Amino acid sequence: MNILQINNVSKKYSQHIALNNVSLSIPEKSIFGLLGPNGAGKTSLIRIINQITGPDTGEIFFKNEKLSQKHIEKIGYLPEERGLYKKMTVGEQALYLAQLKGLKKNDAKKKLLYWFEKFEMGGWWKKKIEELSKGMQQKVQFIVTVLHEPELIILDEPFSGFDPINAQLIKNEIIELQKKGSTIIFSTHNMGSVEELCNNIALINKSEKILDGSVNEIKKQHRTNTYKIAFKGNVMGFANALWTGGEVLEKITEDDTHYFTIKLAKNITSNQVLQLILPTCEIVSFNEIIPNMNDIFISNVKPINNTTQINNAFTE
Amino acid sequence: MSKIGLIMGREIKSKLTNKTFIIMTILAPLLITGFLAFIIKMSQSEKTEQSVLVVDDSKLFEDKLKGNEYIKLTFTSAKLEQAVNEFYKKNYTCVLWVSPTIIEGGAGATKLFYKKSPGFAFQTFIKDQMEKIIYENKLKANNIDPNIISNSRQSIKIILEKVNDKGNTEEQSAFGFFGFITGALMFIFILMYGMMVFRSVMEEKTNRIVEVIVSSVKPFELMIGKIFGVAVLGLIQFVAMGIITFLLSSILSGVFLKDAYTQLDKFKEQQEMVKKNGSNTNFNSLEKFDDQVEFFEVLSKIKKINFIEVFVCFVLYFIGGYLFYSSIMAAIGSAVDTESDSQQFITPVMIPLMLGYFIASKTILDPDSSIVFWGSLIPFTSPIVMMSRIANGVPVWEIITSLLLLFASFIIMVWLAAKIYRTGILMYGKKTNWREIGKWLFYK
Repeated sequence: MNILQINNVSKKYSQHIALNNVSLSIPEKSIFGLLGPNGAGKTSLIRIINQITGPDTGEIFFKNEKLSQKHIEKIGYLPEERGLYKKMTVGEQALYLAQLKGLKKNDAKKKLLYWFEKFEMGGWWKKKIEELSKGMQQKVQFIVTVLHEPELIILDEPFSGFDPINAQLIKNEIIELQKKGSTIIFSTHNMGSVEELCNNIALINKSEKILDGSVNEIKKQHRTNTYKIAFKGNVMGFANALWTGGEVLEKITEDDTHYFTIKLAKNITSNQVLQLILPTCEIVSFNEIIPNMNDIFISNVKPINNTTQINNAFTE
Repeated sequence: MSKIGLIMGREIKSKLTNKTFIIMTILAPLLITGFLAFIIKMSQSEKTEQSVLVVDDSKLFEDKLKGNEYIKLTFTSAKLEQAVNEFYKKNYTCVLWVSPTIIEGGAGATKLFYKKSPGFAFQTFIKDQMEKIIYENKLKANNIDPNIISNSRQSIKIILEKVNDKGNTEEQSAFGFFGFITGALMFIFILMYGMMVFRSVMEEKTNRIVEVIVSSVKPFELMIGKIFGVAVLGLIQFVAMGIITFLLSSILSGVFLKDAYTQLDKFKEQQEMVKKNGSNTNFNSLEKFDDQVEFFEVLSKIKKINFIEVFVCFVLYFIGGYLFYSSIMAAIGSAVDTESDSQQFITPVMIPLMLGYFIASKTILDPDSSIVFWGSLIPFTSPIVMMSRIANGVPVWEIITSLLLLFASFIIMVWLAAKIYRTGILMYGKKTNWREIGKWLFYK
């Protein structure tokens, strides 16, 4: 089942179209990456899901029910631009935000104590937010986001501002939360973490969805039939054998080992290529080069004319 | 609904524990009552005891210059130098020296030596008498009987009596100054609490916590919780200030005005008689209160003020005026990123408030003018202007109409403000102007 079904959502601000007819399905219990360059419309979409703003047209369903106020308590949201009341103490603040999400004060307190223990924040309860470092504040924000055990957790750039240790801590938490049955949508520029965490992604660019599906599926779609071969032996013989099989994109030689990147010719399988070159050399390794999310992101976003993008940035 | 309660609670708690807020609550009534006590004290005649040694070298004043119950005069034939030298050994508070040529005038022809600075009233008391004596002396020198002059000159006191539509005289109750003070207080409070809402909205926006909160509650709930929270805060402060002021002023009036009220009653009794008997009144039989008439006027007006009515109206108009203006303040607070950008939005909001303040000051001179009447009905100025009128007595229908108008416009204003607010709080990095805000009104 899909936890969220977004159908043909559009949102327009006076001169600017934020979302143009975007449809998405977000499967339950997945980690879903919402990708796209700055200003693509990710935050607008997230705000619509959180019912902070409403769509101009289109519909959203939360577990097959039309999205409404009652779903607010089932969603946890960590915005990209996040802050806390500087003068309030950590405990008071966390309690306040938890109560706003519908938790009872006592339940909230119990849960907070559990998380504080888990994140080694024991002595923080009475500290004022302004006394905390940015990373510490982020921990508080993360806890507040997931405290009410939401079915859907939306994290907008969750790793920005974290040091690698805390980032890892949060990553582990995300995976654990997924195991416990939550769905996580996270929006990021950090493609490494997308690959590490996400099952599904959607790529939004210039207000439109240009790509979505499971990460494996998308990677398969973006295969370029490129392989990396390492071998020992005669380079000339190897090249001649390969002649009909594909073209060489790159060659590197280290000591007696040659590393070739080759793109297979149409209708040629990897087995056939191997058969061609097998007699000529001693093969050390043979790997398909699978595009990473970074490449996919760039190759999908880039084709749109860069100069118009820059011009827009100036006129806006 | 319970979420609005939570938001209100946070708002109240965050300010209530603020030191400035607590100090303000205690200090303001102290200042107000202190100021009032000062005015009353100033309007009462001086009562410091003075014992004056008079060295009269002109020989004009002996037996003519008189003291009173507080001022005791002793004439001496001693020389000035000696009198001054012995001044500190004796119990006199002052030495008054008059030169032989006083009649020709000149600065320094009279000197007053003192240990502790003598009051202005005391100086005037001596000076007036001396001038009169010299005046009479000069008249005599020209063979004019001073009695003729003094008898033909008579100062009069006009006592005002307002006549109502039924032909009865009623005690004149126009106490413009008091009205103006309550109007000015209203101005200050609306502005102060309006700014509190403004800052609180801006703080949440610049803190970037607002997006977290509006993912849990509707922006409207957040705004209204904030506005109501500060309103409750305001009421708490009023009640605290009201109690402190009441206690202080009861203590002060017990100290300062003990005799004044019995004298005031006597004065009033006499005026009643004058009214009844008209021209047949035997004025010589009346006690003369000429010096105190102004003070009595102030006092009787203070007595006439219905403080409970004023307080109730103040609270109602404060709530209405505050809600009205704080909705505007919340809207513009959501539109700006920094305090320095805010000026261009706050100024236009200040203008109607200032206007109300000026109309209120007009109430002192001309309480029945049409600008005051309309000013007390139109919501932008009504809280301030109506407060300045209330001590004078305002027909109930006018108060009800103006309150209804005020609360109705609050509802319209808060509806508009909510539209601006929910867009404004999420707008960053863009310089906002009024046109932009106008557009936000039409976003879905």
